[in-house]
Amino acid sequence: MRHATASSVRSHSRSAKALAALLGLALAVVLAACTPTSTSTSSTSSGELRTLSVGATLEPASMDPWHNTAASIPQVLLYNVYETLVKVDSTGAIKPLLAQAWEVSPDRKTYTFHLNPAAKFASGEPVDAAAVVANITRMKADTKLTETLRAQLAVVAGATATDDTQVQITLVHPSTMWLYDMSSTLGMILDPAFTGDLNTASAGSGPYTVKAHNQGQNVILAANDKYWGNPARFDEVTFRYFTDPTAMNAAMLSGDLDVISNLQAPDALAQFADTSRFTTISGTTNGEVVLGLNHDNKALAKLPVRQALTMAIDRKALMDTAWNGQGTLIGSMAVPTDPWYEDLSGTNAYNPDRAKALLKEAGYDAKSPLTLRLRVPVVPYAVKSAQFVASQLADVGVTVKIEELDFSRWLSEVFTNGDYDMTIVAHVEARDLGKFANPKYYWHYNSAKFAALYTAADEATTEAQSNELMKQAVRYLADDAAAIWLFALPNLVITKATITGVAQNATTLSFDLTTITSR
Amino acid sequence: MHLALRIARRFGVFLLSLLGASLLIFLLTNALPGDVAQVLLGTDATPEAVAKLRAQLGLDRPLPVQYLSWLGGILVGDFGHSHLNGQPVLALLAPRIAVTMWLVLFGLLGSLLIALPAGMVAALKRRSWPGFTISAAAQLGMAVPVFWGGILLVLVFSVGLHWLPANGYVPLARNPAQWAAHLVLPSVTLALVQAAVLIRYVRSAFIEVLNEDYFRTARSIGWTPMRALLRHGLRNAAISLVTVIGLQLSSVLVGAIVVESVYTLPGLGSMLLTAVGQRDLVVVQGTVMFLVLAVLLISALVDFSYLLIDPRQGASARSDDGRTAA
Repeated sequence: MRHATASSVRSHSRSAKALAALLGLALAVVLAACTPTSTSTSSTSSGELRTLSVGATLEPASMDPWHNTAASIPQVLLYNVYETLVKVDSTGAIKPLLAQAWEVSPDRKTYTFHLNPAAKFASGEPVDAAAVVANITRMKADTKLTETLRAQLAVVAGATATDDTQVQITLVHPSTMWLYDMSSTLGMILDPAFTGDLNTASAGSGPYTVKAHNQGQNVILAANDKYWGNPARFDEVTFRYFTDPTAMNAAMLSGDLDVISNLQAPDALAQFADTSRFTTISGTTNGEVVLGLNHDNKALAKLPVRQALTMAIDRKALMDTAWNGQGTLIGSMAVPTDPWYEDLSGTNAYNPDRAKALLKEAGYDAKSPLTLRLRVPVVPYAVKSAQFVASQLADVGVTVKIEELDFSRWLSEVFTNGDYDMTIVAHVEARDLGKFANPKYYWHYNSAKFAALYTAADEATTEAQSNELMKQAVRYLADDAAAIWLFALPNLVITKATITGVAQNATTLSFDLTTITSR
Repeated sequence: MHLALRIARRFGVFLLSLLGASLLIFLLTNALPGDVAQVLLGTDATPEAVAKLRAQLGLDRPLPVQYLSWLGGILVGDFGHSHLNGQPVLALLAPRIAVTMWLVLFGLLGSLLIALPAGMVAALKRRSWPGFTISAAAQLGMAVPVFWGGILLVLVFSVGLHWLPANGYVPLARNPAQWAAHLVLPSVTLALVQAAVLIRYVRSAFIEVLNEDYFRTARSIGWTPMRALLRHGLRNAAISLVTVIGLQLSSVLVGAIVVESVYTLPGLGSMLLTAVGQRDLVVVQGTVMFLVLAVLLISALVDFSYLLIDPRQGASARSDDGRTAA
């Protein structure tokens, strides 16, 4: 028979006391934590920190936009931390920033920028002509610079400082796109004296500096107290990253966030309908949701097939189903804020009967049906659109096999190796129709006519002529059904009712903090 | 002498397990399609650019070479550097470990706080309504998915009542009150789910005790069932409970990964998910190695704790060995 001895009872009561103490401590911590959290995050009263908390989706891996193409980096840094000579405003127009004014020579190959003499870096050093020249020289010499920047920089023949505040940049040939590129990552001016690690630190001339990047969590910007322009309106701005849209919406509803930089689930709009608490801003973005066609596929190389596929998809119904009716029907590779935009959603308009006839003419019918693989990345708009596309194409006798890939695999198999027939992805870069001029790009679209049109438009000698030629190029893409443009993503920003000044349209990759204020 | 041999043998098994795990982890992560060079280049990628970057990162070397260089690094405490941002893996891991550790600790403590009393009551009153109710509640708790329970708690306590933050994290050093506030809902979520599982074990462990002779003896000298259970039952039931808790710890770790993603906590789980998504394999391997190490250490500690809870185990081991020697 087993029995407890006196000593074991004693040791038992000792450990019981220790356990009780530990549990008591845990309970105390939990109770202490149960006090209501402060929901007011911004205040104008003196002494209190003015903060802004912005919810975003993709977390940048580093803070270095020169060696990493991720759009999440300029979202935080462009205009807020690093400034450019010129900036694109919410309507798509080019405006002065570090350059007060600029002139273009009659042959459109020489640009003279007049820098604002007040401009200085967060270090206190002036943003002078020498600093601008140093940036261009540095990028030209950088062997690890991203391919995108290298291609954008290729048109620059040279840069010289004609005096302290005047820079002359000469181009190999005239280029409409170049000045736009200068309003984005290519134009970011880095303090030439900076020697630290760009992955984690910043050295720009903007109203904010990078204070901390807590991996997996947030990027914190602090006001640059030496800023040369209108002072920052917040002492601290936190970009918080959410992989799950539900979690981001919950944070906004509970008052933890001040802004949702772009609502990822438009069907959640109704949750923010209370105008006494929230403001909903609905505008446009540069994100064309493209149903990409692989032109190396024998069937898809035929124009009638591409036209038939376009006609088989009711894009208005798709946008209603997949994106809650939010967005713009575009019909080609341009968005409403582009100077050459026109609504081309009527080209190859929805007509399933005509689609069937065209497919039959091309040799595809019930006896020899067309089968296509639709390989999409696992992102909400692509997954939802893919289901709709498959069902509509089935109606005209085309069999679609949907495959969902995580983004890394999509990049490797679809984007780089071209192993697909159709895919869906949003192209978020500004004015990116030039991608169709590159036959090596993942669509493998090879049209000498389009390439010639695009080059002529870019190199035109007047702005009006350039815009007119761009318009023709965009129209050509639509007529040639080079891809199927499902819709352009909307810019859906949710803010607390106390926040004002958020730009309606996202015309650049920047989430521009400089116009935002809090009452 | 024999005890030393047993410890040495245990340590050898421990090292072999680690080595085996490292090989398995390396092979599995390298079997993933897509790679970090693709992610780094993004939409800049061309087959040539990817090949060039792979060479720069050393990803074009034969797998055995890559494995040995990774393993060699670990042996001298170098887990490598993230390909994405060049930071040392250990520096990336450290703050994440803290977050997950707090979550696992509070989740486990919370589950014990709930499961021990509830399981004891369920055992003592197993033939009346409190026992039935607790058993039914535990069944229900096990059926509820972690993320669903988490979202429900957020809806009630954050969105509805505004008592607690919906998600996110504040380090303890920066603001202790905010730190605690951000950990309440995740810990409760984890604790509830784990408690549901634990209650069943506690209940059956105590039912076993109730049928023991010493328990009947204690009752016969006039002790109340609760007193007898607390005095003699707790320690006797502890052996099987500690085993279960040890096993539970690995499931708490897995549960923590889900909870971290529901509450966007920057712990090991969310780090693992992000790194896998970005194919930052060095980080994935380092994180999983750490988790394996933690689980192996825990099981070693569980073995060790048997000796503390039940001195007879050590004594019987000694007498066994004595017999063999004689």
